[in-house]
Amino acid sequence: MFKQVKTNKMNTGIPIQFFLVLATIMFFVGVYGFLTRRNLITILMSVELILNSVNINFMAFNRYLFPHKLEGMFFSLFIIAVAASEAAVAIAIIINIYRRFTTINVEDVNEMKY
Amino acid sequence: MTSNQIMFILFSVMIVTFSILTVTSRKILRAAVYLLFVLVSTAGLYFMLDFQFLAAVQLTLYAGGIVVLIIFSILLTSHISQKFEPSGWKKSAFSAIASAAGAIICIITILDHNFAATMEAAQQVNMRLIGTSLLSTGYDGFILPFEVISILLIAAMVGAIVIAKKGGPQKTDVQTSKNQ
Repeated sequence: MFKQVKTNKMNTGIPIQFFLVLATIMFFVGVYGFLTRRNLITILMSVELILNSVNINFMAFNRYLFPHKLEGMFFSLFIIAVAASEAAVAIAIIINIYRRFTTINVEDVNEMKY
Repeated sequence: MTSNQIMFILFSVMIVTFSILTVTSRKILRAAVYLLFVLVSTAGLYFMLDFQFLAAVQLTLYAGGIVVLIIFSILLTSHISQKFEPSGWKKSAFSAIASAAGAIICIITILDHNFAATMEAAQQVNMRLIGTSLLSTGYDGFILPFEVISILLIAAMVGAIVIAKKGGPQKTDVQTSKNQ
C-alpha cells in the first residue's frame, strides 16, 4: 500500500505518507475541538492546532517532493506570521467581550449590539 | 529500526496524544500546556525534516509567543480551578462522527495516491539563502508576500491595540456630561 518515495539521506525509512497521516489526524482533532468547545479561548487553541497541522503538510511536501526549492518553507513562515497576528487580534476581541459580558462562553454572547 | 524512525514515532505519539488532550481536557490551563507540548513536538518534526530555521521560528513564535499570550488571556478571563461542564453527548458524538469521517476520507486518499519520486538534489537551507530569497524580486523571490505580511502585522498590531484599549467616550461619560 505504501509506495515509497525516493528521499534524500536525512529521511531514509520514513515515507511521506506518515507525515501526511499525522497532519490529517491533528487537523481533524482540531476540527473536533472547534465543534465541541464552548469557551472562546479553547476554540482559538483548536484553530492553532489546525494551522499547525497544515504547516507540517507544507514542510513534508517541500522536503520530499520538491527538495530543490523552498516554497513550502516560506509559506509555512507566512502561515506562522498570519497565525500570530490572528491570535493577537482574537485575544484582544476576547478580552473586550469579557469586559462587556463578563463571560467568554460562546452560548452566552449572543448580542451584536450592546 | 533507525534512530530517525524511533524519533518520528516518539514525536507522532506525543502530537496525537497531546492534541486529543488539548481538545478534551476540562481544565483550561492544562489544555494550554498540552497545546505547548504539541507545538514543541512539531518543532522536533521540523528538525527531523532538516528545516532548522523554521523549527527555531516555531519554538520562539508559537511556543514562546502565542502560548504565553493564550495563558495570559486565560488568567485574565477565568479561574484556574474552574472546570468545564462536559458538552452534551449528542454534540460530541456528532462532532466525533464528522471529524472521523473527514479524517478517514483524507487518510484513504493519501494512502491511495502515488507521490512522484524526485531526483533533484536537496537544497541546503542556510540563513543567507533565506534572506536573499525573502528580499529578491526574481523567479525564486518572495518579496511580495513578505511585504504583504509586514502590512498585515502592522494592521494586526494597530487593530489589537484599538480593540483592547478602554475606548473613547464611554456611554456613561456622555450621559453624565449631558446632565451637567
